[in-house]
Amino acid sequence: MSTAVSDRIEKEVLLRAPLSRVWQALTDAGEFGRWFGVRLDGPFKAGTPISGRITPTTVDSEVAKMQKPYEGMTFEIVVDRIEPKKLFSFRWHPFGVDPKVDYSREPMTLVEFTLHELPEGVRLKVTESGFDKIPIARRAAAFTANDGGWAKQMELVQKYVEKTT
Amino acid sequence: MLRKRHRAAGVGAPAAIFAALGDETRLRLIARMSDGGPLSIASLAGGFDISRQAISKHLRVMSDAGLARSGRRGRETVWQLEADGLAEARRYLQMIAKEWDDRLRRFKVFVETR
Repeated sequence: MSTAVSDRIEKEVLLRAPLSRVWQALTDAGEFGRWFGVRLDGPFKAGTPISGRITPTTVDSEVAKMQKPYEGMTFEIVVDRIEPKKLFSFRWHPFGVDPKVDYSREPMTLVEFTLHELPEGVRLKVTESGFDKIPIARRAAAFTANDGGWAKQMELVQKYVEKTT
Repeated sequence: MLRKRHRAAGVGAPAAIFAALGDETRLRLIARMSDGGPLSIASLAGGFDISRQAISKHLRVMSDAGLARSGRRGRETVWQLEADGLAEARRYLQMIAKEWDDRLRRFKVFVETR
């Protein structure tokens, strides 16, 4: 059994918008913050940490309500790569929102956005990987907030279970 | 973002389930148990590089998390999967599977409407 299966989350979405628009919304720190729900202190720059404060998203009032209790909490990422209109990636501490916990010495996960231009729009793929490096106790908590890895793992378990029935 | 909601929903066990699943040996034990009815520790341990004691320990972790249960077959202790534990983890996952989905949905609305 490959451990890689439990190590990553993968999601895809088709965006009916021009590539340049998608790229800007993703990599302009101000625009990123508006849909993500964070106010960042500067522009994204490859290899550079950037921090900000959780600020409820303006895109979805339900989500904004959920983010409200976390408003003002520190949000930190380290930008990894910026390849114009192709790839944007950063590292972070998944679900690192407990102010009593110092996450700085824990390994980070890598979040990668890749863009593919199609006739009908842009296919955006996001992967988050590196969960296997996170201490096991924290992993359970991280996975509760960063779906998919466990969903994938459960699928795998499910496959084994169904194989024989 | 979701931790509070989970608490509010009264979900406590999933953390133990996820911790129990976060180990390759235990995942392989699940696979093995799903291949056939109740199995003895000797059958379960076959092919592993670790001792039966270590296997027993893994099985206890899984049992505590509600993923497996033991029974008796004659003088032997046998183990089988606890289907409810897996189903609970799956339901729970469906609930938490939304964070990136939510973000991407927000992103979609954001780029398509402004």
